[in-house]
Amino acid sequence: MSVRNTAYRGNMLWIAAMIHRVSGVLLALFLPFHFLVLGLALEGEAALDGFLIWTENPLVKFAEMGLVFLLTIHLLGGLRVLVIENLPWREDHKTLATLTTSIAAVVAFVFLTRVL
Amino acid sequence: MSNTAKHLSVSVWRGFADGHYQTFEVPRQDNQTVLDVVTWIQRNTEPSLAYRFACRVGVCGSCAMTVNGRPRWTCRTHISKVVDQDGKLELAPLANLPPIKDLVADMRPFFDKWEKAEGKFHPSKTRVDPMATISPETTKRQAADKAIECINCGVCYAACDSVRWNPAYLGPAALNRAWTLANDERDAGGPQRLKAVSANGGCHSCHSHQSCEQHCPIGLNPTESIAGLKRLTVDAYIRGELS
Ligand code: SF4
Ligand code: SF4
Ligand code: FES
Repeated sequence: MSVRNTAYRGNMLWIAAMIHRVSGVLLALFLPFHFLVLGLALEGEAALDGFLIWTENPLVKFAEMGLVFLLTIHLLGGLRVLVIENLPWREDHKTLATLTTSIAAVVAFVFLTRVL
Repeated sequence: MSNTAKHLSVSVWRGFADGHYQTFEVPRQDNQTVLDVVTWIQRNTEPSLAYRFACRVGVCGSCAMTVNGRPRWTCRTHISKVVDQDGKLELAPLANLPPIKDLVADMRPFFDKWEKAEGKFHPSKTRVDPMATISPETTKRQAADKAIECINCGVCYAACDSVRWNPAYLGPAALNRAWTLANDERDAGGPQRLKAVSANGGCHSCHSHQSCEQHCPIGLNPTESIAGLKRLTVDAYIRGELS
């Protein structure tokens, strides 16, 4: 039997920190694929174009929206940490965290409506 | 009290790290703290139950435990705050510290890290010197005052994931103390303290999760103090004072 002692997690600020961390890990996982695609350009126009046509697929577009969401939220999360650690203390961190997520969602949505 | 249970059903961690929860029935009262409940069990049902307390009024910092999965001071946590109508309560020793027995955790690593963070005063004067005059108005004194009321309860330490994931990390309370001393104009230990808090496991191991700030029963903000240390150490590094 083990002690249950992690209920302190799950508050707004903890979730904000975890979203920042997880989005970073996911982006890092995506990075090799990004380079792979860029690498296709070296193999000639046809290879890259073939791939780009594939990305026109709505499902891929949807996945791209996820990517834009991750990028935006990770960027904003990073800015949040910079604010915490470098500017005079603010008491409205929870608002800031909510704002971060909302902005990321809006940016991702705008991206989707523009590309579909 | 009409629609609430007359008894509390209290699951208490028994034994050591490989222990188990044991359930006790405790009469519920209108004014009752978590510490009252533990004391009732020890006096009436289970005399061998180990727990720790001293002042019972939120000053000594010795009574912290895990209450329903999160760290709290127990002498000032009213039952109504943590128990709903079904009357269930779960108690365990503080997390991130080696358990000794039942509800008692070994606080030695906590205080060892306190020392390691240079959380002690280094006098710059002797007793024959005149007393230092410190204006309460200065930015430094105000920063120290804001963080100084720590009661060493270890609640922040138990709520910190960086402590949980990185055994070398000094933790919020020790670094918070280092910050108060870094702002104490009478203290002469500045350079060695900055070295201590910027070493491996120091302030830069804090990921600003802010759980410490969310759980400190005194309402202190170790995240802010640690952010202050981060800035101080980076400044010192740029000036070449930290090698
Ligand atoms: S802000 Fe730093 S010290 Fe406080 S809980 Fe988070 S990681 Fe731990
Ligand atoms: S900073 Fe707060 S939670 Fe941490 S030891 Fe001090 S009083 Fe307890
Ligand atoms: S018994 Fe002293 S703080 Fe709770």
